[in-house]
Amino acid sequence: MTISAPPIPITETETQQAPAKKGRFWAWAILVFTALYFLVPLGATFYWSLRAEADTLGFEAYRRLFDDANFWPSFTQSLINAIAAIVLSLLIIVPTAYWVTLRLPKLRPVVEFITLLPFVIPAVVLVFALLRLYGRPPLLLTATYDSSRVLLICAYTALSFPYMFRSVDNGLRAMDVRSLTEAAQSLGAGWPTILRRVIFPNLRVALLSGALLTFAIVIGELTIALFLAQQTFGPYMANLTRSKVYEPSAMAIVAFALTWAAMGTIALITRPGKRR
Amino acid sequence: MGGASRPPRFQFGRWLGVLPFFVFSGLFLIGPVVVLAYRSLEGADGGLTLDNYRELTNPTVLASYGLSIRLSLTTAVLGGAIGFFLAWAVTMGGLPRPFRSGLTTFSGVASNFAGVPLAAAFIFTLGRIGVVTALFELIGVDIYGAGFTLYSYWGLTIVYLFFQIPLMVLVLLPALDGLKQDWREAAENLGATPRQYWRRVALPILLPSILGTMILLFGNAFGAHATAYALTGGLLNLATLLIGQQISGDVLNNPGLGYAVAMGMVFIMALSIILYSLLQRRSERWLG
Repeated sequence: MTISAPPIPITETETQQAPAKKGRFWAWAILVFTALYFLVPLGATFYWSLRAEADTLGFEAYRRLFDDANFWPSFTQSLINAIAAIVLSLLIIVPTAYWVTLRLPKLRPVVEFITLLPFVIPAVVLVFALLRLYGRPPLLLTATYDSSRVLLICAYTALSFPYMFRSVDNGLRAMDVRSLTEAAQSLGAGWPTILRRVIFPNLRVALLSGALLTFAIVIGELTIALFLAQQTFGPYMANLTRSKVYEPSAMAIVAFALTWAAMGTIALITRPGKRR
Repeated sequence: MGGASRPPRFQFGRWLGVLPFFVFSGLFLIGPVVVLAYRSLEGADGGLTLDNYRELTNPTVLASYGLSIRLSLTTAVLGGAIGFFLAWAVTMGGLPRPFRSGLTTFSGVASNFAGVPLAAAFIFTLGRIGVVTALFELIGVDIYGAGFTLYSYWGLTIVYLFFQIPLMVLVLLPALDGLKQDWREAAENLGATPRQYWRRVALPILLPSILGTMILLFGNAFGAHATAYALTGGLLNLATLLIGQQISGDVLNNPGLGYAVAMGMVFIMALSIILYSLLQRRSERWLG
């Protein structure tokens, strides 16, 4: 968008065109260079994933991956964890963002600060801290696999706060919360009805993009699951990378496709607003 | 708008909406970190002390912080520079329009494509059996023979850039959009060359944004654990990997020091986030 088609000062056409052309050359150069950097690893991985059978290209690695005894159990477990974390996060963040927008604007900086904490506390430090707090009697949560799993879901919920809050907050800003609430109130709706039938439906896009972003982050999460000794998808993938030759490439392609599906859907549903 | 029946219930209801949030954050974000902070200040005899923080000068700890900081700086500066040029290329470089939305979506994907799959993808590219390694061999260059390994500082740098560059692009695109056409025209009308326009107008306006985002990238790399773990299995002495080892078994032979190392990371992360938001606020003066 540097130079618009007809150059306005007619006298200096020559010197105006030259840098534009040079600029375009560099733009293409940087694009090709970075495209190579990003696409070669994906291409190389895909190529490897087709080579599991000797002398021929085929989808054998994918077949083996999907047939692996631990693939579906770990994936399903991560899927359920992700859904649980998303639901919990929605139940906590939507009322909070709504209240902060409408009723308690003074609390906004505090809430914003807290939702940013997952950026300040690295995952490995968070799980370290959780283990120290919930790893011994007064608040013992790591005693069994299932109680550790609850802890994992809660940690994922906390990890989703920055994305969920920002997404919901943007959604609330895009609609007139106050008028909608007052209109619903004047029609006799109580708070539960307002949230369920007015606010939630209007926030669908925001909620969905927050949920998908959370999904993309949580589905293959390694660090927290690893130290809570959970047999989820992340630790499974890490094991696979160490123990198998061809399957990890198929796994990386599948994981990339999942991320792509989540982020692509977000891009698709948020296109009119063009917000991330 | 106020109904007469509201006041008594209201005070309670008003806090009810945010109560779950505060309780949950207290239990799973703030509480755990407070416990960590407290433990880091606890001496061997149980009294409060700064000894654990003094112990941070322990060579292992210093080396791990040093490596983490160097890696984060390198990937922040490289990723920031490449990301900036890429964002410039699709906004002002005269590339066809579809590239821009394509790049935005791809950046969303790539910035979230970290951890095990990313490590695996690079093992198949630049690992010993990697496709690019093999291609180099075809033209007679043995990169592993020449001393390169993916499981090293520079190897990890190459891998981290895969999520650093896209993050830079995503944060910087809106800033570049904020550069007004009027400013360029005003500069041109005053006789400025494109170079002068960039040096005197555009870059000074963009500088807080660029620096701020690079600091964000720094934090992003500094706190990363999964990718490094999946790639090196903990061979590299990074701060996050050190904490991981400390969780599995007290490798520092001093639990208190482990807490101090973790808190040190939190301080550095907090500092980078604060700097980022300060610079972001400053850049809004022009680009808001």
